[in-house]
Amino acid sequence: MTEPGPEAGPGALEGLRVVELCDELGTFAGKLLADMGAEVVKVEPPEGDRTRAYPPFADDEPGPERSLYFWHYNTSKASVTLDLDAEADRERLRALIDRADVLLQSGEAGADLTWEPLRETNAGLIMVTLSPFGRGMPRAEEAATDLTILAGGGPAWNCGYDDHALPPVRGGGNQGYHTASHFAVMSALVALLHRDETGRGQHIDVNAHAAANVTTEAGTYTWLVAQQTVQRQTGRHAGVNPSMPSQVLCADGRYVNTGIPPRRPESFAAVCEWLTTMGWAEEFLEFPLLEEGMRRERFDMSMLQQDEELMAIFGAGRAAMNFLATRLTAYEFFTGGQERGFQIGIIYSPEEVLTDPHFIARGFPVEVEHPEMERTVTYPGAPYRFERSPWRIRRRAPRLGEDNARVFAELAADAG
Amino acid sequence: MPGALSHLRICDFTGQLAGAGATRFLAAFGAQVIRIEDPVNQGRWDILRGMPPYVDERRGVELGGPFNNHNVEKLGVTLNLRTERGKELLRELVAISDVVAENFSAGVMERWGFGYEALKAIREDVIYVSNCGFGHAGPYRDYKTWGPIVQAVSGLTFSSGLADQPPAGWGYSYMDHTGAYYMAIAILMALRHRNRTGEGQWVDIGCTEAGASLTGPAVLDYTVNGRPLRRQGSPDSNRSQHPAMAPHGIYPSREEDTWVAIACRDERDWRAFAEATGEPWTQEGRFADLRGRLVAQDALDELVAGWTRARGNFEAAAALQGAGVPATAVQRPEERIDRDPNTEAWGLWPTVRHREMGDVRVDGLPVHFSETDWTIERGGPCLGEHNAEVFGGLLGLDADEIASLEAEGVL
Repeated sequence: MTEPGPEAGPGALEGLRVVELCDELGTFAGKLLADMGAEVVKVEPPEGDRTRAYPPFADDEPGPERSLYFWHYNTSKASVTLDLDAEADRERLRALIDRADVLLQSGEAGADLTWEPLRETNAGLIMVTLSPFGRGMPRAEEAATDLTILAGGGPAWNCGYDDHALPPVRGGGNQGYHTASHFAVMSALVALLHRDETGRGQHIDVNAHAAANVTTEAGTYTWLVAQQTVQRQTGRHAGVNPSMPSQVLCADGRYVNTGIPPRRPESFAAVCEWLTTMGWAEEFLEFPLLEEGMRRERFDMSMLQQDEELMAIFGAGRAAMNFLATRLTAYEFFTGGQERGFQIGIIYSPEEVLTDPHFIARGFPVEVEHPEMERTVTYPGAPYRFERSPWRIRRRAPRLGEDNARVFAELAADAG
Repeated sequence: MPGALSHLRICDFTGQLAGAGATRFLAAFGAQVIRIEDPVNQGRWDILRGMPPYVDERRGVELGGPFNNHNVEKLGVTLNLRTERGKELLRELVAISDVVAENFSAGVMERWGFGYEALKAIREDVIYVSNCGFGHAGPYRDYKTWGPIVQAVSGLTFSSGLADQPPAGWGYSYMDHTGAYYMAIAILMALRHRNRTGEGQWVDIGCTEAGASLTGPAVLDYTVNGRPLRRQGSPDSNRSQHPAMAPHGIYPSREEDTWVAIACRDERDWRAFAEATGEPWTQEGRFADLRGRLVAQDALDELVAGWTRARGNFEAAAALQGAGVPATAVQRPEERIDRDPNTEAWGLWPTVRHREMGDVRVDGLPVHFSETDWTIERGGPCLGEHNAEVFGGLLGLDADEIASLEAEGVL
């Protein structure tokens, strides 16, 4: 049987018309739809979207067509420029929205648009607005960025180091914007399936601060259920009680996550075999305890505090994994352990993922043509593999106003 | 009122959060999600069934707080797939389901005889969505993961940290949540494709790929400019890279382990910051423009910290917000859940009724629909809680038959 792969073909959202009027909070939602085949028209001011000026730039040379940030977030989209202070262009925007299935809006441009008047001429319109706190909410007027969304919304409290003199950490990569955009896409699709049944559109209000709040797992439900507060720890889950470190520096200077230490006879057998194969069984002084672990019928972890031998065995298992990690390269430890059934992971830097054999074999890195620069650029690929209606970058990010002529001609034709 | 997805039925083998979170979202909009569990091991496919936190001193597979949170609004049935009758009932259920969803390790469904080809033979236009760490093909197909391992391999753990410190990573399973979001998106997109074409399909998700698609600008900086994120002093994720900002960070406040986040997006914000703080050093020439503030960012951050240390974190945030500068206290769980007017006004923490746990607050959804909004009222299902409703109501078994199947260990 063949697993779904990266093939050409119509995407799942072929024929879906989307107008995107978004700042950086919502623009990722447009990409997620566009890379699945939706026709996403990004509306930019005549001087260009603000993010065209965001670093990094190709060859470190600034320019409206050189922002790698803009490149990434705008693949497969079309660009039209509209001056929303001018009546004629406001008419054009209205005409674009009148023929759209979905309107995505975040930021200042289009903040005055509401669904009620728009539905009068487009009853099926699904209007998705993203904002830091939700439209009309008590804190709606507060200024926000990815940092403040993740810091005020819960994630940062959970992230950081064992040493609490160091600040909590905001995870990198604008994940607060991503999470809001994920909810925007899920919601737009729910509304679309509802419209397929009823013909009716609606307005969806996406609240980024709330999205962060419900994306912090135990940090939230530990309070909701038991009114206890988790505390941050280095490279592992925040917890009410401290847990043992799980991040180890390997021989090549990269870190691994050592996962859950051995706690079954089979996993003690595996770690013994691993040490023996490497020729380190004698050097690892607690080896006899590992062999004891192999012979134990069962491990009752709830007895850990009362059973000294069990505690020693368990400690030796953890120490053995740490010993192996420090002696091996991160990649050797990762694959050697996984082949032996341990749930462990190499801590890759984002660019290192692209050269990993698994990601290459699955076709994750994809090549995108930038003809004006006579250049082919490697991008991160598909987040999911559709057998029949695949993800695909249709085109590199649009040049400013690249699709004005085509889109305006279509509007003129619609107007008859 | 019928929900937006009341016309859909999902045969649900998901568990933990990476899978259960996907069908949770769909259930909140009225999709009939039928969660299938193994009666022999009491549903322990999903270890969260018995995991803390707990509402009181009771313990057991009906009392896990995380399981309740992730499975609200779903139906729960038991089905022993080791038995021929169990398989037969599953075939009947698949035949009337739009979607089969699972997040087992690769190969589990096939070993039971319910891989995609088998599902398709039962229902031609079925949508099958699988979700595991490395997907169902490739060299690491058999590798096992959970959230932190997915985050490690996909580049997200590394991306989170302070300069010259080890990775801080994510203090929770960000990629279990986010893997679930991609799974929900995949289910919904495949349904849209089926609506248009009549075709079902298999969608396979490797969660590490979903994670690796969330670091785009850093990846392009390497593939275009040859600049890796792994370099001296990088990453430093409390600072802002895209775009550059300064000041930008998480600064200490007066009380122990209290913090305030501040971001000056542009020159207007910087002038407003200077005015709101009234600190003389904000007038120094070296801080006059962004370039200067970036060059002197370490010194600038020390001075900002001097101002924040003299104040409470909510007080400092309010002063800066009053001037239009993005700022917030780093909120503790109790602060954002019980004392934030915005989460309360939104209705972000609905209370559900669980048969054994009683009334429990859970995560709501960060979206509101004008016409068909979500509903979260019913707690996670107990083992076999809806056997009668599903095997009786949907498949037409009578009460005696259900009772004898339960006695025989089929249900």
